[in-house]
Amino acid sequence: MKAFAALLERLAFTPARNAKLQLLQHYLERTPDPDRGWALAALTGDLELRRVTPSLLRGLAAERVDGELLALSYDFVGDLAETIALLWPEGAEDDPSLSQAVALLQGTGKAALPGAIAGMLDRLGPSERLAFLKLATGNLRIGVSARMARTALAGMGVPSVPEIEEIWHGLAPPYAPLFGWLGGGARPESAALAPFRPVMLSTPTDLDELRALDPGDYLAEWKWDGIRVQAVSEGGMRRLYSRTGEDISHAFPDVIEAMDFDGTADGELIVRREGEVAPFGDLQKRLNRKTVGKGLLASHPAGLRLYDLLLWDGRDLRAEPLGARRTVLEAVDFGPRIDISPLLDFATWEDLAALRAEPPAAVIEGVMIKRRDSAYVAGRPRGPWFKWKRDPMVVDAVLIYAQRGHGKRSGFHSDFTFGLWDGGELVPVGKAYFGFTDAELRELDRFVRQNTVERYGPVRALAPKLVVEVAFEGLNRSTRHRSGVAMRFPRISRIRWDKPAAEADRLETLEAML
Amino acid sequence: MRADSILFPTEAGLFCPEGGFHIDPLKPVERALITHGHSDHARFGHGAVMATAETLEIMRLRMGDGFAGATQVADGEMRIGGVTVGFHPAGHVLGSSQIAVEAGGRRIVVSGDYARQPNPTCAPFQPVPCDVFVTEATFGLPVFRFPDPTTQVVKLLSSMAEFPDRPHLIGAYALGKAQHVIALMREAGYDAPIAIHGALKVLCDFYAARGVELGELVPATAEDVAAQLVIAPPSAFASPWVQRFRDPVIGFASGWMAVRARARQRGVELPLVISDHVDWPALTGTLAELAPSEVWVTHGAEDGVIRWCELAQIPARPLRLVGYEDEAE
Repeated sequence: MKAFAALLERLAFTPARNAKLQLLQHYLERTPDPDRGWALAALTGDLELRRVTPSLLRGLAAERVDGELLALSYDFVGDLAETIALLWPEGAEDDPSLSQAVALLQGTGKAALPGAIAGMLDRLGPSERLAFLKLATGNLRIGVSARMARTALAGMGVPSVPEIEEIWHGLAPPYAPLFGWLGGGARPESAALAPFRPVMLSTPTDLDELRALDPGDYLAEWKWDGIRVQAVSEGGMRRLYSRTGEDISHAFPDVIEAMDFDGTADGELIVRREGEVAPFGDLQKRLNRKTVGKGLLASHPAGLRLYDLLLWDGRDLRAEPLGARRTVLEAVDFGPRIDISPLLDFATWEDLAALRAEPPAAVIEGVMIKRRDSAYVAGRPRGPWFKWKRDPMVVDAVLIYAQRGHGKRSGFHSDFTFGLWDGGELVPVGKAYFGFTDAELRELDRFVRQNTVERYGPVRALAPKLVVEVAFEGLNRSTRHRSGVAMRFPRISRIRWDKPAAEADRLETLEAML
Repeated sequence: MRADSILFPTEAGLFCPEGGFHIDPLKPVERALITHGHSDHARFGHGAVMATAETLEIMRLRMGDGFAGATQVADGEMRIGGVTVGFHPAGHVLGSSQIAVEAGGRRIVVSGDYARQPNPTCAPFQPVPCDVFVTEATFGLPVFRFPDPTTQVVKLLSSMAEFPDRPHLIGAYALGKAQHVIALMREAGYDAPIAIHGALKVLCDFYAARGVELGELVPATAEDVAAQLVIAPPSAFASPWVQRFRDPVIGFASGWMAVRARARQRGVELPLVISDHVDWPALTGTLAELAPSEVWVTHGAEDGVIRWCELAQIPARPLRLVGYEDEAE
């Protein structure tokens, strides 16, 4: 339990992804089975345990600490599990394993639970008590995605991230066969029905790069502003995966119901009304939901727009050329909820550039360009597939708040809030953390230090002087932002040292882009 | 004589009319007795100051020669006006003392800030039997139970091994904590040069001259700092000084780091729970050991300490002195 608690504490305070990965990988390398498997499952949220309620914890604490001191302590600490971990009376510490803690939380009945929890707390030190209580309350909040966990696993041995993803969904904690494979043993058989297959990704391109290529070798289609998904239907099991392999089926029962085929398809998840693809914001309402109500299913109907097939009727098509896969795809009638992303008609790159400049719908983000003879390979190879995105939208905004960054940006003000004019007032419209060079970061930091007018904790309010060009990929209405709009993927594309703040854009300009 | 007529709080701090002095006054006064050199206890501009030789030297180093009209080194039991005073080690920082004030057969001990854990940089706390014990309550809640500081050194060393290419910048207050952290690292066998921010140099030199083993210290102000471990005052992390370090691990050594929300507010990546104050078991243990007939609480989480005294049936009251920084550690 000590190593797991130390890992949790370190991860909780480490902002940088690479440092997190390193900590995680080293923990997994140094920790024996089955502890490391349980830890992995706990971190990625795949561990099903009996949930301990706050009232149970309060009851345990009240038997050991004066109620007034407990209240004063909780008031100061602000977190019940941490308060109890800190003030629990010291027992005889003997470092039980994480597996023992997991077994306790999995196997103890309701009546015996308070006693068992107290007994475990008596055996732990303060840091381990907190880890155990976080585990017990199902509230780890550590910021490790399944994707990050798989990347750390790939660092441990020969199998790559895509190879691990391919078998991931057939695995269950504590993952002994997986660790055996990483240690040089046999590859686990994929036991899951309708497993995720690693997806093929594209690289960005531009006209200069394309001009060196023969347009005749390529197919092109629109790049839809939805979510890339993999729809798998095999042997009666249907699943919808995000492109990183997260199972999102539960949020899209309407799509699952429409997946009346046998195969693995690659496509875009979209919300569609009367044949028209709705803006990304509509799709966002459907994401990250445990369940979805009838009203939302009716008002935000989801569907698929397919562009590739990996497997079809029991046959693996991945080694075949895209042209051949496309022929199979186009011969299928998927019904009203699922259609096929049409190919674009072009003879030269200039033709394609013209189509890209004037897309028929606002929800089109650009064009995808794929070699006709490309096999479907996992990962992001450079060459077979390109994305050629529409030029971003830009506004000139005024910097109004700044905050210091972390990691290699420690000490620099690198997190910026910018605003647009609404009457005589600047309204915050978004935040940007990147887009500038290291040299520009130094200049921005100097600007912040010299133009701070007020401080609110770590946040500095700035004199409204500096105009920055903010580029972004899309715009949604938002009730959470004071301005009423939310930008997608905003970044600082240019610093306009030359431009007076009064000439920055107005909120109406942004609203007109909606 | 009632204890609260020997010593009582005034706007300028604790005042003893019989002796005509204040203890750790918050404003310039005629005569001041100072427990230790932290700036909220040892202020500029008193007429006369009595303190340990170390505390007087620390005050001179920090504030210059003219920090007081006159100074006197505390030595043994001394008669001041109608009272007897004595200075006894408090285990907080170099030179720190409790001040015992005795009159009419009653003894009040003002502990200033104190600690009970062994600290390689100063003399250990000496329990002094008393009728009234005046305690701080910086960490006066049962959630504060500090680990053995060697575990925190192990945490720092293992982070330095985990990330050998990243400089480790540890925030520590210039007087006491910085030298405590360095001395703990040396005790653990770490013998590489440690870089210190310019603001720490004078006090580190003073500690070293007083025989505290700090090993080789190099300046952390050069463009290229030749040490993986860098100690700096917390204020330095908000200044452009920190920008010379590539991808640093930022840590902070303080008792507050025991609580995650506090550590997060500081924006640290490596919280080190190293304190120069008593934690809850040490504070309540000291009260139980001394068993005074009354406890006065100066600053910090008074409510917690007073509640404990109530449960232990020791009369206790807060002094509500304004001006000591319970944040500073």
